[in-house]
Amino acid sequence: MQAEVQSDVRKNPRRIAFILRRTSPYVKTQDDGRVMTYPTALSRFIIALEVAFVLLVWISLLANAPLEGMADPMHTPNPAKAPWYFLGLQELLHYFPPMVAGVLVPGLVVGALIVIPYFNINIEGESLWAKDRKRRLMIIGVALVLFCIFLLAFDVIVALVPTILIGGLMLWSARFSSESPRLFHRWLASKPLSFWIMSWFLIELTILTVVGTFFRGPGWSWVLPWQS
Amino acid sequence: MATTIKSGFERIRNTEVWRTIFRSGSGSSNLHRSQAVQQNIFLHLFSVKVRSRALEFSPTWYLGALTLSTFFILIATGILLMFYYHPSVPQAYADMKDLQFVVASGVFLRNLHRWSAHAMVFLVFAHMFKVFYRGAYRPPRQFNWVIGVFLLLITLLLSYTGYLLPWDQLAFWAVTVGSNIAKAVPLMGKQIRFLMLGGNEVNANALLRFYVLHCVILPLVAILLVGVHFWRIRKDGGLYVPEKKNL
Repeated sequence: MQAEVQSDVRKNPRRIAFILRRTSPYVKTQDDGRVMTYPTALSRFIIALEVAFVLLVWISLLANAPLEGMADPMHTPNPAKAPWYFLGLQELLHYFPPMVAGVLVPGLVVGALIVIPYFNINIEGESLWAKDRKRRLMIIGVALVLFCIFLLAFDVIVALVPTILIGGLMLWSARFSSESPRLFHRWLASKPLSFWIMSWFLIELTILTVVGTFFRGPGWSWVLPWQS
Repeated sequence: MATTIKSGFERIRNTEVWRTIFRSGSGSSNLHRSQAVQQNIFLHLFSVKVRSRALEFSPTWYLGALTLSTFFILIATGILLMFYYHPSVPQAYADMKDLQFVVASGVFLRNLHRWSAHAMVFLVFAHMFKVFYRGAYRPPRQFNWVIGVFLLLITLLLSYTGYLLPWDQLAFWAVTVGSNIAKAVPLMGKQIRFLMLGGNEVNANALLRFYVLHCVILPLVAILLVGVHFWRIRKDGGLYVPEKKNL
């Protein structure tokens, strides 16, 4: 590499940037090609709009929106279910008091989502096992075991299984580093704590919603969707 | 054929009337294409140029664009449905039956609105997770992420308030289950529920409140926040696309 400085600095000012960590998307090591918004980006959006429209029109032609009998306050269906995107919460209501499952958990989730970008640890996105590997392994291991005991105490098997899976994968990833021979291992090793928490949340959300939607029958008892 | 349409369109764009409306003339130069964006009140939320990598499929899966698409479909079908709907008991349910048996394409209209609503809720969640895994919440985009979280909540509220409007058993009991959770809020749970429903149980007052929230207040808030969301994309330097790195 050859360093070169123009003799006339006033005419050709140089800027030197010291990039310490990849913390900001502003930091670009190379300049990307650009295209015009009109018509290139706009036409892409119109294609997306048309794809969404065509698919939804097809679905609407094939499947009818549900409509049951008129609302009757005297006649409670069993089970009475919330819309599908709240069924994860309703599933939690089955285990915990409403104060916890209906107020505390959603409040914490929304709060946690909002503060994500305001914590440096999430912005640096450093590998979980890059520093203090032994100490972190111990803290996370203990926290995981305690959380699993808590879930077991309340009989929340539905949430326990994904916790064990993701937690196990997280602890397993400590064995690897950026020098590991296999790509999957290097990928696991590079993940920060926020990745593990968010992935755990995504899987819990999916499983609780699916269980609440398809596997719960009268009295919120366990049923199989094909045995209605 | 295509060239005929194209030259015809060019001729229209060159007319005085077009130019007074859109403040931009024809031509395919970058200047004219920039003006087509800059001089348009809706498009000027966006930058004139975008990184070509941001238009590739893999960084975004177009989830934001698809969410906006479903929102457009919902506004269009929602306005049409409002022509056939009275937010009163028991007329609301009778209107559902009218949509089913009397109104031309009424079932299709309701289907499209309902399935698009479910799709939008799903897409908003998917968009959020995709943005997270891409790391696009990092500075300077922190606040746009926060606006996104509020848009997620607005979307859930829009869907939830719309859920009551058919006034069938499904709607009534889903909203009863949901509003009972509000009771669990410490100290003022009952008051919050009363404010939400306009009474102590889901009744005609609740239907009217949910209707006004669903058709006026929440859509206005959503449109406002979507506007800020898009404007911030431009101000924060365009869509964030991570550089390809070698693991």
